Amino acid sequence: MADTTVGIPTVSVTVNGVLRRGTPEPRKTLADFLRDDCELTGTHLGCEHGVCGACTIFMDGEAVRSCLVFAVQAEGADITTIEGLSAPDGTLSVVQKAMNEAHGLQCGFCTPGFVVSITALLRDNPDPSDEEIRQGLSGNLCRCTGYQGIIKAVKIAAGQSVDANGKAH
Amino acid sequence: MKPAPFQYHAANSAADAAQLLGDLGDDAKLISGGQSLAPMLAMRLVRFDHLVDISRVADLRGIDRNNGTLIVQAATPDVLVERSDVVVASVPLLTKVTPLIGHFQIRNRGTIGGSIAHADPAAEYPAVAVALGAQMECLSVRGTRMIDAADYFVGIWSTSMESDELLKAIHFPVWSGRVGFGVAEFARRHGDFAIAGAVAAVELDSGNVISRCSIAMFGVSGQPERALSAESHLLGSSVGEISPEEVGRLAIADVESPSDDANMPATYRMSVAASTVATAWTNALTEAHHG
Ligand SMILES: Cc1cc2nc3c(=O)[nH]c(=O)nc-3n(C[C@H](O)[C@H](O)[C@H](O)COP(=O)(O)OP(=O)(O)OC[C@H]3O[C@@H](n4cnc5c(N)ncnc54)[C@H](O)[C@@H]3O)c2cc1C
Ligand code: FES
Ligand code: FES
Repeated sequence: MADTTVGIPTVSVTVNGVLRRGTPEPRKTLADFLRDDCELTGTHLGCEHGVCGACTIFMDGEAVRSCLVFAVQAEGADITTIEGLSAPDGTLSVVQKAMNEAHGLQCGFCTPGFVVSITALLRDNPDPSDEEIRQGLSGNLCRCTGYQGIIKAVKIAAGQSVDANGKAH
Repeated sequence: MKPAPFQYHAANSAADAAQLLGDLGDDAKLISGGQSLAPMLAMRLVRFDHLVDISRVADLRGIDRNNGTLIVQAATPDVLVERSDVVVASVPLLTKVTPLIGHFQIRNRGTIGGSIAHADPAAEYPAVAVALGAQMECLSVRGTRMIDAADYFVGIWSTSMESDELLKAIHFPVWSGRVGFGVAEFARRHGDFAIAGAVAAVELDSGNVISRCSIAMFGVSGQPERALSAESHLLGSSVGEISPEEVGRLAIADVESPSDDANMPATYRMSVAASTVATAWTNALTEAHHG
């Protein structure tokens, strides 16, 4: 646990397998800690109040909003960010490849959050129905794509066959 | 969108958290899942000199069945409630409402006690607590006391807890026999707070007479609203004697000060509420029949 006394606690977290230590101000969010202190700027900040999902990361195996966790609360946690989802040699993950293939992104701002959420969704439900995909994506906002490409990407990543309109066969 | 500075205290136990709240006074606030508090801090709707973190406190997590009561520790994340076999076997209404709370990323961190203590009028868990007559176990340096759900929610974001008290656990009565539960809500998007919603619980006797029932609405006013007069009409009646639409009408007639704003006039909100009551009630009856 972090130091409970007055002052600035030291924080150690494992990020993408690497132990990171820091002394973030208590009010610094985990998202800002990852971006500023760990220089992992793949985690994006849209709304900074839990609505848009751009900042979604894995914390101890579950997808969470990194803008709604203070870095000091993550003491001892195991974090995976978008940078940790591709292979060390840069080979894209199944979900990343599918996003590419299905044109699941345009400006790309929302993409890291979507990729993390989709990765979590498919881990817990490897063969989701249309309805489950839509519900599973409801916590991530995209201002560009209109979502159809993203939904198609989920189907491709799940190994479901899709036609040009993203409809499952 | 950055919170004002605060000092951080990670509590080691429930008693430690109560002690910290007692020592630090009104300038201190608990943080549990942070899914409501962190946005309010970021928007600077609130600021506190001290945050007392209970998100890692072991004795504030866990789900236990004790005869006729399900005891859920306050800092148990929603996701564990959603996935718990004990919960679905004891208080299935909790299992039904949890997927309606925000998105899975929110439920991974948000906690049942945080939702109840935060007392958002449109939140699902407070309505379940009111409908089932849950008891809130509250802890402070002065000791423990139980508050009945009916006396706990006093208005928008406010409860009858003192500022140095923490919600330790929620005690839900287990309904057994020929029982059924239903929930219905209407929101613009999946995961948004509902415009209005309702939960219902019913018990039937062997002759299909309603021997016990409870209905609570959320989103309709400053706090969850129990539909007491609808319940008294239903009690002792046979299934189908009072139509679900009539149950909805009776339920909204109990709401004294419906929420009213430019986007959502009270008349519209109440008609949504009546229809969610009808659906929740129908679902509860169906489950009690075929359960
Ligand atoms: C995008 C989004 C969508 C959401 N949608 C919904 C929804 O549809 N329905 C819904 O119900 N909620 C929704 N929420 C809110 C969510 O459920 C929160 O998790 C919940 O309201 C608060 O729980 P928490 O554990 O996160 O509490 P926190 O945010 O940590 O705390 C909230 C408040 O409760 C107090 N508190 C927390 N724990 C205790 C305790 N044990 N004793 C005393 N006081 C305590 C805190 O001091 C604070 O004032 C949503 C949130 C977001 C960000
Ligand atoms: S930046 Fe965290 S949810 Fe929008
Ligand atoms: S691709 Fe631009 S916000 Fe989603």
